[in-house]
Amino acid sequence: MWQFFHKLGSPKWFYGIATRFMPWLLVAGLMLLLAGLVWGLAFAPKDYLQGNSYRIIFIHVPTAFLAQSMYIMMAAAGVVTLVWRMKLADVFVKAVAPVGLVFTFLSLFTGAVWGKPTWGTWWIWDARLTSMLILLFLYGGVIALDRAINDEKSAARAVAVLVLVGVVNIPIIKYSVEWWNTLHQPATLKLTEEPSMPTEMLVPLLLSIAGLYLLFGWLACLRMKTEILVREQRTRWVKDMIMAGGR
Amino acid sequence: MHPIRKKRLTIVVFLMAGIAIAVGLTTYALRQNINLFYDPTQIAAGEAPTDVRIRAGGMVEEGSVQRESDSLKVQFRVTDYSASVPVQYDGILPDLFAEGQGVVAMGRLNSEGLFVADQVLAKHDENYMPPEVADSLERAEKSRADAEKAAQSASY
Repeated sequence: MWQFFHKLGSPKWFYGIATRFMPWLLVAGLMLLLAGLVWGLAFAPKDYLQGNSYRIIFIHVPTAFLAQSMYIMMAAAGVVTLVWRMKLADVFVKAVAPVGLVFTFLSLFTGAVWGKPTWGTWWIWDARLTSMLILLFLYGGVIALDRAINDEKSAARAVAVLVLVGVVNIPIIKYSVEWWNTLHQPATLKLTEEPSMPTEMLVPLLLSIAGLYLLFGWLACLRMKTEILVREQRTRWVKDMIMAGGR
Repeated sequence: MHPIRKKRLTIVVFLMAGIAIAVGLTTYALRQNINLFYDPTQIAAGEAPTDVRIRAGGMVEEGSVQRESDSLKVQFRVTDYSASVPVQYDGILPDLFAEGQGVVAMGRLNSEGLFVADQVLAKHDENYMPPEVADSLERAEKSRADAEKAAQSASY
């Protein structure tokens, strides 16, 4: 296990592995996401109360899920950066932060579009919406801090500390709807209980979530590969690969 | 594990535990401000201030909605099934507003205990179902209630 862990720290080894897995991630992710979205948006039954407007759940929930998962993954990478000083962990944080920012924005935006007809307002300062907005600012802060420090190593450490400080926000987002009175409804998908949704709505939702996770894996690999090439441009293996015309 | 790494890991763990405790205590102290609305029980117990803009939230009591025929004025009661608050509102209600549905109203509580709202938002719950399922649930509920009633009248 430790050997695999240390191998993972080698940018060259990761570059090769990522190149091999990326097409699979892309194809499987696209297929699942398309199946989930087409099924959810066109074929799943209407909701008895909201009619068709509930269908935004097939975009809103996957993006919100992923926005939070990415932050947790970034925090795990932050621990690795601080404790093991592994370069690849920092590459991951740097590659994923802008993706997280976009997904958090998408979930806030789709939520607002749904909130207007359903609740009667675009925005309300309730605990769930506010903590999600804080997540957006955290992603923005991570990107800004990374750009603000020129030295790669100090930037990596500073960013890792910021990511770890912010991770306390994730359980707040998750449990905000249970700890406090909010306008946002509690979770429909629960880990320990039956989901409060019939199968013909649940399956397309799970498909879109799985598809988006795989696509995120593909995008993360792509962005990490780019970042690795930039950082390792003076090394032997990158020069050899480019001379050989490899990708 | 290498001793230096172990030391760093301990620092990271302490850092995160410290932050978690600090944030936990802060949010606990601020819980009344983080809560979006007062529920009817809190209002009935006098915890909500009067003549200050606050929000009240709960379910619209069945059979409590009264509309005026010549204006948009509407009166209803918001309940959490242990206490209820009368609400008065003059404006357009959201589509999802209905008896038995959740609402969050913003306004002022006057000295007579009437909540004068200037905004009413619908609160959606986490349950989703197709219309046919909802219909058959309602029918089943109705036939059960009818059967119960019949059984009751038969026993008299």
